[in-house]
Amino acid sequence: MQYQSQAVAKPYFIAAIGLFIGQIVFGLIMGLQYVIGDFLFPLIPFNVARMVHTNLLIVWLLFGFMGAAYYMVPEESETELFSPKLALALFWIFLVAGALTIVGYLFVPYATLAQMTGNDILATMGREFLEQPLPTKLGIVVVALAFLFNITMTVLKGRKTSISMVLLLGLWGLAVFFLFSFYNPHDLVKDKYYWWWVVHLWVEGVWELILGALLAFVLIKVTGVDREVIEKWLYVIITLTLVTGIIGTGHHYYWIGAPEYWQWWGSVFSALEPIPFFAMTVFAFNMVNRRRREHPNKAAVLWALGTGVMAFLGAGVWGFLHTLAPVNYYTHGSQITSTAPT
Amino acid sequence: MSGTFTKSMARNIFYGGTVFFFLLFLALTFDSHKEFPKRDNHQNLTPQVIAGKKIWETRNCIGCHTLLGEGAYFAPELGNVYPRRGADFIKGWIQAQPTGAPGRRQMPQFHLTDEELDNLVAFLKYTSEINTANWPPNIEG
Repeated sequence: MQYQSQAVAKPYFIAAIGLFIGQIVFGLIMGLQYVIGDFLFPLIPFNVARMVHTNLLIVWLLFGFMGAAYYMVPEESETELFSPKLALALFWIFLVAGALTIVGYLFVPYATLAQMTGNDILATMGREFLEQPLPTKLGIVVVALAFLFNITMTVLKGRKTSISMVLLLGLWGLAVFFLFSFYNPHDLVKDKYYWWWVVHLWVEGVWELILGALLAFVLIKVTGVDREVIEKWLYVIITLTLVTGIIGTGHHYYWIGAPEYWQWWGSVFSALEPIPFFAMTVFAFNMVNRRRREHPNKAAVLWALGTGVMAFLGAGVWGFLHTLAPVNYYTHGSQITSTAPT
Repeated sequence: MSGTFTKSMARNIFYGGTVFFFLLFLALTFDSHKEFPKRDNHQNLTPQVIAGKKIWETRNCIGCHTLLGEGAYFAPELGNVYPRRGADFIKGWIQAQPTGAPGRRQMPQFHLTDEELDNLVAFLKYTSEINTANWPPNIEG
């Protein structure tokens, strides 16, 4: 570690691993419930297990992103973190709020939870992945803004690299698009339309920017390839990501009451969505092949190579299989879509 | 990787491309809003339907069912359950849960009042009348 304040990333990663294990456990419970229908009923009904499972996923990913940013940004900016204390305080606030939310899901009937937490003031609950009670949603916004303040101030006082800029853009985008979780119109079509501005524009938009920035950072460290080259390709990849991914949102608008021209826009642009993942994979292998040193951290090298491959197979190939409207007509609402609606 | 394609060119293409396609997305969204009234069945968005949507949300129905294909795949699609089964069947079914049949998937008992049940049915009726471009392919959803 080059900077002392990078150490604040450690609790974030530990928490992320812990929450990931929780996600796996509840995933296994749900898997069993598919086979043994009444498994753990009525103690943990399927909808509760699923809510815990998917919300844990979102929270550990956010912990991972935040931890990675706290680790990366001091090195990129060549300065200590603006406020390590704020970072640590936010860690505990977020962890406790997250844990309380999960406890609420498990031990309070959902309708009662909604009543207790102000859902009558602003109804935002009961939509897939956005099940969090209002105080939790507000907490996510507060933590995200304080985190962004910390990271942005660090970048502003130090060296400003392209990798930092892309990371910041991704993280700010994440916070901005989450605000659509507060918009829940009575009109179901509009409800669904803007629900995707959180879900799709996260997964196939800003998260890929964050992933790209992390990957570029790791590649510079483990390969020693010139920063100019790596940053150039980072820009190329995220260009492909957003050019295809933003309009690619349309592949969710085929059957929810939106205009039918989305079948064309969605099919054409989302058919191109595997390209940035392919480019990411080729880029990572190229950089590792051209490496100027053998980095002792083999796990990091393997991650740099593997993450692109897995993203290409999972989101790219699997996504493409059922993204064209005529195919999607028969796969929509089926397990082909899996529980991850990319 | 040629020398003529520089980082600043890549950066400019990124910002230009992103802004262009985001604006295009906003334009399509704007146009979608003009089309929504023809398709979204908003004329039937009565206070009863709105109350029913809230029942739908606060019982986390989406945690097991799909609605217009979105949600969980543990229990049946409900976007077209109104024309498939009708109001009485839906109400009776909800009241009869859980079945308690060993080894079978169980739906919780939500203790909904008659009024709440009617609201929920109104919401499902409204949903079934949204123009979904003929999805799902058949009535069983």
